[in-house]
Amino acid sequence: MAGKTALKRTSLYVSGSSPVNMSQAIFYNEDCLVYDLEDSVPIAEKDAARFLVYNTVRYHRPKDKYVLIRVNGIYSEFLDDDLEAAVRARPDAIRIPKVESAAEVERIAKRITEIEQEAGIEVGSTKLWCNIESYPGVLNAEAIAKADERVEALALGAEDFTASMKATRTKPGWEIFYARNAVLMACRSAGVEALDAVFSDINDMEGLRADTTLTKNLGFDGKTVVHPRQIDIVNSYFTPSKKEINYALRVLAAVEEGKKLNKGAITLDGSMIDKPMELRALTTLAQAEAAGIKIGGAE
Amino acid sequence: MVKNCMGRELPEQVGFYKVKPYMGPFAGKPGDQPVVSRRKPERSPQGGSKVKTLEEAIVASGLKDGMSISFHHCFREGDMVISQVLTAIRKLGIKNLSFNPSAVVNIKNPSIVDFVKDGTISRISASGIRGELGDAVLAGLMDEPVVLRPHGARPRAIEAGEVSIDVAFIGASAADEYGNATGQIGPNACGSLGYAFIDATSAGKVVIVTDNLVDFPLAPVSISQMYVDHVAVVEKIGDSDKIGAGAARMTKNPRDLLIAERSADLIAASRLFKEGFSFQTGAGAISIAATIYLSERMEERGIKASFALGGMTANIIDMFRKGQVRVLECSQSFDAVAARAIVEDPNILEIDNALYANPFTKGSLLSKLNFGVLAALEVDTDFNVNILTGSSGEMMGGLGGGPDVATDADISIVTLPVVRGRTPSIVKRVFTLCTPGDTIAAVVTEAGIALNPKHRYYAELKEDLEKTNLKLVSIEYLQQLAESMTGVPEPIETTDKVVCIVEYRDGTVIDVIHQIKK
Amino acid sequence: MQLKKPAVVGTLESCDVQITLFPNPGKGVEINLDSIVKVMFEKSILQTVREELEKFQISDAIVQINDKGAFDWVIRARMQAAICRSAEVAFDWKGVS
Repeated sequence: MAGKTALKRTSLYVSGSSPVNMSQAIFYNEDCLVYDLEDSVPIAEKDAARFLVYNTVRYHRPKDKYVLIRVNGIYSEFLDDDLEAAVRARPDAIRIPKVESAAEVERIAKRITEIEQEAGIEVGSTKLWCNIESYPGVLNAEAIAKADERVEALALGAEDFTASMKATRTKPGWEIFYARNAVLMACRSAGVEALDAVFSDINDMEGLRADTTLTKNLGFDGKTVVHPRQIDIVNSYFTPSKKEINYALRVLAAVEEGKKLNKGAITLDGSMIDKPMELRALTTLAQAEAAGIKIGGAE
Repeated sequence: MVKNCMGRELPEQVGFYKVKPYMGPFAGKPGDQPVVSRRKPERSPQGGSKVKTLEEAIVASGLKDGMSISFHHCFREGDMVISQVLTAIRKLGIKNLSFNPSAVVNIKNPSIVDFVKDGTISRISASGIRGELGDAVLAGLMDEPVVLRPHGARPRAIEAGEVSIDVAFIGASAADEYGNATGQIGPNACGSLGYAFIDATSAGKVVIVTDNLVDFPLAPVSISQMYVDHVAVVEKIGDSDKIGAGAARMTKNPRDLLIAERSADLIAASRLFKEGFSFQTGAGAISIAATIYLSERMEERGIKASFALGGMTANIIDMFRKGQVRVLECSQSFDAVAARAIVEDPNILEIDNALYANPFTKGSLLSKLNFGVLAALEVDTDFNVNILTGSSGEMMGGLGGGPDVATDADISIVTLPVVRGRTPSIVKRVFTLCTPGDTIAAVVTEAGIALNPKHRYYAELKEDLEKTNLKLVSIEYLQQLAESMTGVPEPIETTDKVVCIVEYRDGTVIDVIHQIKK
Repeated sequence: MQLKKPAVVGTLESCDVQITLFPNPGKGVEINLDSIVKVMFEKSILQTVREELEKFQISDAIVQINDKGAFDWVIRARMQAAICRSAEVAFDWKGVS
């Protein structure tokens, strides 16, 4: 199973009612694959989708991917059965739509603990991703992120959020600017990962690049994608470039050198290296390693 | 029984056919004898016209029982020449013919099967016999084996005297009364007549079949009057919708797009991808998408190609018009845009299929090709390729130029998904061996790229690709992955009867296909 | 378990299988298989279908299968859903380890 250090640059949803999409989705480069029981499955097919997702994840889960199952809404009639099936399928995490309070998370976490015990699964091994997709969710984001040890990430859902705000969804995305920052701060405060909203226009690659630049610069750890075509582009923004890797290596080498010589202030190319720079360099190398980039000597 | 160097068991004689076992991609050597042609010197008729009805032309050609006839497949699925000629022949009561088209596409109403059943045709050779005929042949339709040859091998076999053509019927979308003919203009333009040149120069008699008789002299000319005996005028040579189908749209299947993009990435990563490189991509869904991605990579890197080769599509014409390719060497036109383009620009050349792919000439264009992108039905863990038979024992494709391109291109890339539905495409052993594995440089799938350690460019291609993020895997990994998804299929059951001979381009036998038990 | 009513699950899309179950009281199991990969996987598909019926202890059923190349685990999932629908029972996930 993919650990907590695994990359979460991209999450791709695949419908739990489409065997052909499920069988193809495992071959794209998304870091996280989300088998969906919610929006993409018609009401009359919820039972069939549950069996299909269970059998797929339990017996043919994709290798080298972080696997999630998105269950139906917290107040829907399908949630109980969804949780029973999803936990037993042993994904890395369960993705809960439209979380609005810590109490909701606590209730679901408790239910998951019971199912893990019944099924003989290590208690606590099923993580939770909470979709934040309404203004109450944004307002309570910090409490949600800290509600349970299982919570591993918050993911912003912009379409429903803007609807709840009576806002208009636009490509530049100023209407979700506050929500993005609020979710990010909550995640950083709780020490969980922050995942940004989708960019919906699958034919606008320039728009996707602009949006992902913002996602990355704000500080998000990854982004949900709506189409396989978006995966490689989004991944590239969260994968350090050769230049960034080399710079990180030089920063760390300078720090190492400074420690050896017992220097107080360490400089590189005339600028002081402070603690945040060292931290960023370590993050860059961790990302590079997780993305499978071979890190050699500095050039 | 003998075994060829690929370990395939072959009978020494199958009906009329004497088997020479395949010995390796470059083992076959051209013979010493001059090239063979059935064409005879004749006194040029003074003035006048060669125009006749189809029946008159057949009679005048001297066609008799047991003779050999040929056709091209440049009209693809829109062809109406083959069935009209065969129907006229049947009416004349001529039987027991050897039928040697460049390929049989799926012709219905009447189907070729009917002409076999009534005894008009008793032997067949072609590059492929897709459709109803193929399935009937696999089921045991014919007494004599069907001989399948790659595109480059057909002109070679004709010039070696292994295939002898008494009368060639050449469909043309425009012709004049004295026999000049072309496929480049007219309502049913098909573009290049690449497959027909060898028939025009080598057959005993040549009949042009057209529905578009124009004033003498025709221009442009593809087939010259000096090779033509008769011009048969018919009402219709084809279904123009099918001949001139519009440009194929880019596939929307994300899996195919992924494979296509990876193949373009592979090409762009190779050190041979530099100013003046050359490529051939083809007309399948993945190939067309790969062409578009390749065009993007060329633009990004500011690299232009010297030539593109083989079957042309609208996408390649696009690249040409953007100035990305200097010359198009067009042996076949796959859509209406490509068909009409030849006449519009002097750098778009109609070329003889022999110039494209015949290994035994003083210079085929394939010998100058850097990258070839190929499709396949199955690839096995020795990189052997099957482009003929499907996993349920049906005839799914033709050899086309696949074995020619694989052998002569510097880097030959086979593109295919690991599984198609529940059918595995990367297998332990291909059912029909068409292209020897040693000639394949890389197999590109959605689950990664497998490089062939036995290919002559392996070391440098590996070095080039390791500098990229492209996922390199072993062919065994791909095979196991496919099997883990589909399960192990039950083997196809066959009888002892050989129904098809699969020739390699040098005329040796790389495999045979046995009758499928139903 | 007894089948109570006809039930259909799955689609005719590529890689899917449409399974229709009918009650067949006292007459045993009858399977009609139509599959695009019948030549390769007939035995495997029939065995999978029988195994799923046995898991639910169903001894009487007519099973119509229209398979478009579904993987084994897809066939199992479709059978499980079809059985629950036809028998009008909610699946007991508690019994699954």
